[in-house]
This record gives sequence, structure tokens and C-alpha cells, in this order.
Amino acid sequence: MTDLATGERTFAETIEKDQRVEPRDWMPDGYRKTMIRQIAQHAHSEIIGMQPEGAWITRAPTLRRKAILLAKVQDEAGHGLYLYSAAETLGADRGDLTRRLIEGRQKYSSIFNYPTLSFADVGVIGWLVDGAAICNQVPLCRSSFGPYARAMIRICKEESFHQRQGYELLMTMMKGTEAQRAMVQDATNRWWWPSLMMFGPPDTDSPNTGQSMAWKIKRHTNDELRQRFVDMTVPQAEALGVTLPDPDLRWNSERGRHDFGEIDWSELKRVISGDGPMNAERIAHRRRADEDGAWVREAAAAHAAKRTETTHE
Amino acid sequence: MSDEQIRHEWPLFEVFVRAKRGLNHVHVGSLRAADHEMALHHARDLYTRRNEGVSIWVVRSADVVSSGPEDKDAFFAPSGDKVYRHPTYYSIPDSVPHI
Ligand SMILES: [Fe+2]
Ligand SMILES: [Fe+2]
Repeated sequence: MTDLATGERTFAETIEKDQRVEPRDWMPDGYRKTMIRQIAQHAHSEIIGMQPEGAWITRAPTLRRKAILLAKVQDEAGHGLYLYSAAETLGADRGDLTRRLIEGRQKYSSIFNYPTLSFADVGVIGWLVDGAAICNQVPLCRSSFGPYARAMIRICKEESFHQRQGYELLMTMMKGTEAQRAMVQDATNRWWWPSLMMFGPPDTDSPNTGQSMAWKIKRHTNDELRQRFVDMTVPQAEALGVTLPDPDLRWNSERGRHDFGEIDWSELKRVISGDGPMNAERIAHRRRADEDGAWVREAAAAHAAKRTETTHE
Repeated sequence: MSDEQIRHEWPLFEVFVRAKRGLNHVHVGSLRAADHEMALHHARDLYTRRNEGVSIWVVRSADVVSSGPEDKDAFFAPSGDKVYRHPTYYSIPDSVPHI
């Protein structure tokens, strides 16, 4: 009884003073469950996020672009693993989380359910998708849960490379042929709206935001972050020479921010619930990788067990 | 099959990296590996992709013994009231140099 009361008080004080909650501290069940879900979804997004760009590694136009893309996709694998590591501090099991992903019981970001049709998509993903991820993730470096905040600091340091290599790739293509410029514009048209959806449903339709803000595991609302992203991106699009596909996008001098058009929320709902263009393929690919790797994991474990036996004899 | 996958999950290792000569090894996170050797290689790939380190330690997570939040008072409170362990406890006139 008193232990629970002490735990609750310490937890409340920790949050109040903007300090970090560490894995062995007392925490409300809801906080633990929400953190595991948030971290796992984020980890799954990094891992599934390797696929759209990974598809272009063998087809990168130069050795330089191939090396950059390999490093970027390897980073995303690393991000996934930092995050699974953070989830495990709360008692989650990595194998179990992977199983939940494969069985469709845990989600990942809707953005990775769109196809990458040309090499310009690699650039636009770096620019817009990693750009939106940075907007989302920088505030999470101050998440109240210590291991998640620390993982986010590592991740944010690496994301800046992702965004810059994408933008540079696009600048190079824009200096190329008419056909290359058309590819960049086409990729921008296809990725713009899904990128805005990465910030989640509108605040009016986001019932958990209040609790998450109170626990300081979310620092800004979805709409606020989305607005920031739009304001940051508009001048970048201008510098690049592409048009963002929104006739309602314009500067509002009264608000000191950009107005933009209504997002097709039914599309977001559809893609999140499994009906996007690539959902089935993404999960099938992840399942195949897991199954194809099973014998390697077993063999390595058997080899390790055998070696322990011999050294202990 | 699902239970099998969990059973074959490799053990957890904690990873410590020395950022450069002259600094301590610092905990950076954990990873899964079949044995210590593989843990070292995975740690290299996972935690030092950008010259973040010159040396790595890996330790089986199950072998780490730690104090818990509930031990906080028993462990750390006794040092709280020993102000005389700090140099500022002693007043020395300003006129005395280099002390
Ligand atoms: Fe990432
Ligand atoms: Fe990234």
C-alpha cells in the first residue's frame, strides 16, 4: 500500500520536475504499456522503412550513390535495433515484438506502404520522409522515458545525414535533363500528402494526445508538428524548383505560417488499417526474412552452446 | 513455431563504448547475440558506425547486478548529511592565498 503510494508520488514528481523515468522505477501500468507500444511501433517503422529504399540499392546509378544508400539503409536497421533495445528495458521481448509485427498485431508508420517507383523517390524520401521524421523525433529526445529519449538522441544525430543526402540527390537531378526534373516533380507529387499524414490524425481526432502530453512522452500535438514541417519545407521546395501539389498552400501573414489544403484522412485510415498499396508486400517480405534467417539463428545458438560445454569441461 | 522463435532468441548483452583514449567506457545500449564474440562484432556494427569508439566491452545482461530504486535511501542517504566531506564546509579567510 505505502509502497504503491510512494511509487506514485515519486513518478509524479519525476514527471513534474521534467526528470527521466528509468526502467526499474515504479510506473503506472498504462505508462508502461503505452511506452512499449510507442517504442515498438517506432522500431517496426525503422525496420520496415528499410524496404522502400533498399529496393534501389542494386539499381543506384553510381557507386557513390550506392555507398550512400547502403549506409542510409544500414542506419535505419540500427535505429530499429536501438529502439528494440529500449523496449526490452521495459520487459518486452524482441522476438515477441517481431512476431506481433509479422502477425499484424502491432503497427508501423503508414508512410512505408507506398511504392518507390523511380530513383527520384530515394531523394524525396530522404528530403520529405526523413524530414518529417526529424520534426517528429527531435522533441522525443526529451521524452520522459530515459532509454527512449537516449535512443532518440542517437537517432536524430544520424537523421540529418539522411535528409541532406536526399536533398543533394534531388538537386543533382534538377540540374540534369528535362526527364530527370519531371521524375523529381512526380516523386514530390506522390510523397507530399503521405508525408503530411506521418504526423497522425488531426488533433480533433487524437484522443490519446492529452494523456501522452501529461506523461511527457509527447511534447507537441500532431497538428503543431505538421504545421512546423510545412513551414520548414516550403522554402526548400522553392530552392529546389519543385511545386508542392497543393493549390491551397500559401503564406498567411496574419498567422505568420502557411495555410494548406485539407488532408484526405480516409486515405490515412485505409492505409493504417492495412489497405495501402504495399502493406501486404511489406509484411510478407519481413516474414520471409525472419523465416529465412531462422536456421542461422539456431545454428549460431547451437554453436555457442557447444563451445560453452567444451570450455566448461 | 512462434514459441520456437522466442526460445531461439539469443541472449541479451549490454554494450559499453570508450569514445576516445583517456575516457571511461560508457553504457550505450544492448543487443542480442549468440555469444560474446558475436556480441562484440554486432556492437561494432550497431554502435560505432561513425567513429564513436576506440574500444568496446560487452557483458551478458543477466550477469549485471545493480542497486534498485527501492535501495536508494539505504545506499545513498548516509552520504547526504556528511557535509564535512566537501571543501566548501571549511571557512578560510580570503587573505590566505592558494587554498
Ligand atoms: Fe531512422
Ligand atoms: Fe532516416
